[in-house]
Amino acid sequence: MLKLSKYVLYDIVRSKVIIAYTLFLMAVSFSLFQMEDNSGKAVLSLLNIVLIVVPLISMVFSTIHYYNSYEFIELMLSQPVSRTKILLSEYLGTALSLSSSFLIGVGIPVVLFYFNSTGISLVLTGCLLTFIFTSLAFFTSVQSRDKARGIGAALMLWFYFALIYDGLVLLVLFTFSDYPLEKLTLLLSSLNPVDLGRIFIMLKMDISALMGYTGAMYKDFFGSGTGALYTIGIMLLWMITPLLLAVRSFNRKDL
Amino acid sequence: MKNLFLIACVLMALPGLCRTLVVGKGQTYSTIREAVAAAQDRDTILVKKGTYYINNIVIIKSIYLIGENYPLLHGADKYEIFTVSGKDITIKGFHFTNSGYSAMNDFASVKIIDASNIIFENNRVTNAYFGVHIANSHHFTIRSNYFNGLTKSEQTTGNGIHLWKCNNALIENNEIHGHRDGIYFEFVTQSLIQKNFSEGNIRYGLHFMFSNDNWYVENTFKNNGAGVAVMYSKQVHMLLNHFDSNWGAAAYGLLLKEINDSKIDSNTFYQNTVGIYMEGTNRINVTNNVFKANGWAAKVQASCMDNTFFHNNFLSNTFDVGTNGTLVLNTFNNNYWDKYEGYDLNKDGFGDVAYHPVSMYSTIVENSPNTLMLLRSFMVSLLDKAERAIPSLTPENLRDDQPLMKGLKLKEKK
Repeated sequence: MLKLSKYVLYDIVRSKVIIAYTLFLMAVSFSLFQMEDNSGKAVLSLLNIVLIVVPLISMVFSTIHYYNSYEFIELMLSQPVSRTKILLSEYLGTALSLSSSFLIGVGIPVVLFYFNSTGISLVLTGCLLTFIFTSLAFFTSVQSRDKARGIGAALMLWFYFALIYDGLVLLVLFTFSDYPLEKLTLLLSSLNPVDLGRIFIMLKMDISALMGYTGAMYKDFFGSGTGALYTIGIMLLWMITPLLLAVRSFNRKDL
Repeated sequence: MKNLFLIACVLMALPGLCRTLVVGKGQTYSTIREAVAAAQDRDTILVKKGTYYINNIVIIKSIYLIGENYPLLHGADKYEIFTVSGKDITIKGFHFTNSGYSAMNDFASVKIIDASNIIFENNRVTNAYFGVHIANSHHFTIRSNYFNGLTKSEQTTGNGIHLWKCNNALIENNEIHGHRDGIYFEFVTQSLIQKNFSEGNIRYGLHFMFSNDNWYVENTFKNNGAGVAVMYSKQVHMLLNHFDSNWGAAAYGLLLKEINDSKIDSNTFYQNTVGIYMEGTNRINVTNNVFKANGWAAKVQASCMDNTFFHNNFLSNTFDVGTNGTLVLNTFNNNYWDKYEGYDLNKDGFGDVAYHPVSMYSTIVENSPNTLMLLRSFMVSLLDKAERAIPSLTPENLRDDQPLMKGLKLKEKK
């Protein structure tokens, strides 16, 4: 399995897209830290990169990669290797390459300019989001044979998690604003890995605002050790569940 | 010869005029009570180091009470230690501890009633219900004392320095922890509070009620339950203070309620949930302040009128200004906002486009606090951008027409 992952990794690195991605992240992070005299503000912009760009690239890149290596997968299937192993090694190869380019592109500047708990949680969240969205991408691309459809589904999912979901949350919170919604918001934030990651970082960044009103409750929950464990646990669930579903349908699929 | 005789007489009489009565083990007096009873006006009572259990000594003579190496005056958890009522009394260098608690009376370590020209200096007051309770007095000084309260609930803890119906007070260089309100003013006029440090009090670091014409200067209020409250007062001057880390659901760096004609100048608001909260306040000038890393730099409710924000620095606050209505009768001018995204074509140092400090999202949060969950999300920044282009929900008149392009060089106290 590791051997297979290694080949996938080589393949990805050779395609140069991943190198471009690394360089892009690095250029953006370095220039943000250089431009802003207040590194807190730079981290704020980086937060947007982590929450928007990382999921998008992870999704699109993984989908395209999956369809492009379809022939390789078919070739591997003719060998005595189990389907689960093949898909998992494909996943591992893709996710590892994406996350390592994130670690290089964002991790290094953060360590250089903003090495504290906020910075660390930013990098951690970025890595987790890479893994999660790669796994989601695998889930969608396994479902259909058609490349255009797969990419379309991936984009739709990204759009949903990055934007639509928050809109829906806003709508729900406004509609039911007469009711006590504290518990519900906790639940709602767990249903979207992007939101969960954002709150995780935000608690380190905007503590003064969060301490007011509902914020105190967030702080109590997410800010505690169990809260951090909960966040990471839920994010791992978000990573594992789509992957398992992908493996299941890949195993059952008539290729 | 006659003159010489007179001088000799005076010299002989002087020791009689102001004697020094020493209290302590093996001294003339073994208890402070005896010494106070024996003392006459202008005498000095010197108390040696030791522990003295005291059940309320009433001091009405003009005497100097001086402690040597902080003698411990213990109230046995039942009594007030000193009650001071008179004029020209100095109390210096004592350690008051464990005065009583009562739900009926405001028991204090030292109670000063109907007094004037009192100096209370260099004392330590620990485990007290009220630290110093001053009523109906004038011209007194509370200087360089250290207070550490009981830190229980709001009901069972009293105020550190409590002033009621006083004038011409000077409260200086005190350090207050763990009381209900660090410093409490009610019906106090013409007083100066300066260079005090009030930290970790259960309710307010400083609490003003119905107190006009006061100054508070260079104080630090840190990590108090609800910050600093100034209510129902006029002509209060708040200068060079530092409001730090007042966090919580109802915590404010500075809470202003029904304040008129006052001045807030050169203060630093750092990491508070709300920097300044204004309700029903009129004609206040907020100038040269630094608002940094607060949740809301200022919340100006629609009940406020004719307040001016001029030449302030707003730096890395989550929200710059919040309000609860669309009616705006206050002016914001020539401030520096680090969120400003406009340009300055004629290079005069002022931005050419007005800045709207109330963001759409802060209005949303004001209406439905649960939406704080969406802070910093892409959705919210989209909404803010859209609202900035075409204001519809946020008050259109709340704007800085000439925002500064560069931050003012204001001193930030750390």
